[in-house]
Amino acid sequence: MVEKNAVGNRIFSIFLYLFLSILAFVCLYPMLHVLFGSFSDPRLLTKHTGLLFHPLGRTLEGYRIVFHNPNIWTGYGNTLFYVIAGTITRTLMTMLGGYVLMQKDFMPRRFLMIFFVFTMYFGGGLIPDYLLITRLHLLNTRWAIIIPSLIGTWNMIILRTAFAQVPPSLEESARLDGAGDVTILFRIVLPAAKASVAVIVMYYAVGEWNSWFAAAIYLPAKRNLYPLQLFLREILITYSRGGNETGIVNTGADADAIRALIEDVVRYCTICVATIPILCIYPFAQRYFVKGVMMGSIKE
Amino acid sequence: MANQQTIYKKSMTGQKAGAGFFKKLGKNYRKHKALYWITIPILVYYIVFKYLPMFGVVIAFQNYRPGKGFFKSDFVGLKNFVDFLTNANASRTIQNTLRLNILSLLFGFPAPIILALLLNEVRAAPFKKAVQTFSYMPHFISLVVMCGMLKDFSASTGIFNDLASRLGFERQSMLGNVNLYLPIYIGSSIWQGIGWGSILYLATLSGVDPNLYEASVIDGAGRWKQMIHITIPAIMPIMVLQLIMKIGSLMSTGAEKTILLYSPLVYGKADIISSFVYRRGLQEMNFSFGSAVGLFNSVINLILLTSANWMSRHMVGESMW
Repeated sequence: MVEKNAVGNRIFSIFLYLFLSILAFVCLYPMLHVLFGSFSDPRLLTKHTGLLFHPLGRTLEGYRIVFHNPNIWTGYGNTLFYVIAGTITRTLMTMLGGYVLMQKDFMPRRFLMIFFVFTMYFGGGLIPDYLLITRLHLLNTRWAIIIPSLIGTWNMIILRTAFAQVPPSLEESARLDGAGDVTILFRIVLPAAKASVAVIVMYYAVGEWNSWFAAAIYLPAKRNLYPLQLFLREILITYSRGGNETGIVNTGADADAIRALIEDVVRYCTICVATIPILCIYPFAQRYFVKGVMMGSIKE
Repeated sequence: MANQQTIYKKSMTGQKAGAGFFKKLGKNYRKHKALYWITIPILVYYIVFKYLPMFGVVIAFQNYRPGKGFFKSDFVGLKNFVDFLTNANASRTIQNTLRLNILSLLFGFPAPIILALLLNEVRAAPFKKAVQTFSYMPHFISLVVMCGMLKDFSASTGIFNDLASRLGFERQSMLGNVNLYLPIYIGSSIWQGIGWGSILYLATLSGVDPNLYEASVIDGAGRWKQMIHITIPAIMPIMVLQLIMKIGSLMSTGAEKTILLYSPLVYGKADIISSFVYRRGLQEMNFSFGSAVGLFNSVINLILLTSANWMSRHMVGESMW
């Protein structure tokens, strides 16, 4: 009996480790493919079929083209602005909201909770949102990206829960010393709940870095305000044969043929340039995000 | 005696209950002035950007013309809704939305749970950490980048076709094939979400008392029995909550990814309500029509959410409210 279990366990373990290894590989490989492809010689790449385990030939040509594409720089600048300005304002507002909702002695608290939470389940929809932005004259301005999504209700609730977990004795003794609500927020609650606020900052920052839809709807006429993701969409998805979204500039007899050849590599390079920053932050930010998932699921 | 006391109290605190309320409010305000002032901008934000659009759906019942505005456009009742439901191209989006989301739920919901259960069985901590780290990565890639990769991989010269041709199939642009579109969509969603989704369940599992497992071994339980009697009940509440939330958003997920991935070739199965609203309502500027469809969507969503919550509360005892 014991032997049967031991063999059964062995087989299970082997399958377990094998399956999980394959899963990890499948999760990782697409990005490796893009990475290796970005350094590859286009001629070798088109001939090659199947998986890539290393770059084919070494070349930086693709990257050279990407860095010469003015759209990339415009997009990067805009995205940095949206990420920084957006994250600061959003975090501030969400923090204030979470604090207000956390104060048990604040009379409108119950009402506000219902008022805010209801918006998570029902909304005006795409068209009314768009018409509102138009009527507020925010269309085709930077603010259309930052203001409409100023507070994420879910995040506000997370902060509320986090703030509520600060030991009440800290707050009480501060009040006895004569501290007001605002002082308590910035001197006591915030430092105590630093980690949770850091999570929310990360959520907003990464969310804004990756977002494209708001810009697609609200910035139709202003290409110079496009975030990086919107240019990426042109380069990676809505491109047309013979178009120059990828930023390849060449003339001469074989221009089109050469372009078609290089386009794939340039696309891989573009992906890398747009994603490397996030993946670099990823190892450091990972534990914050993991913590955030947990916080979101704790009910009061 | 008691009567006299109550009359005395009433005359001291004010005749009506309302007067007592406002007095309380005033006192609360003086005590927490800052909180009230902080609330104002937040309240304004919600009213302007969340509640005002809700009233904007009135244009779903109108024949809205931007020149005329809300108050002067003609009222047409349910015409927009009828147009939506009687138009074949339009009403197939309902079918597509349901099909896409139910299949996504069917395959995508268990995947993170299974991963969590498997990872929970791993004894070697470094291996577990490595698998987790790699499996979280897809979650951080932007949707645009992932769809760009999908487009590249599923092109006729891409690696999906490389594999297919080795298995004897013809090369084709897979995203343009109406029968391959859904597997690619759903498969990539699972790829992007399996690691991230497993976090919640793993964390719950790590909170299970190890004594339970030890006791079960003494009772003669093998891996399988342990799973059924200890592990799965431990994550059942979280599972149910997650399921309710996913059902509640059944009709509205998938807008961005669909818009990035679809093409006229695959509208038959790929066009969902959200992408339809974007294309026909926004891009083609049929504002009233788009609002009507959007409202229809939201209402169905709300009904689904409430039903799921009700069912769950009465069948399993867990619910969101």
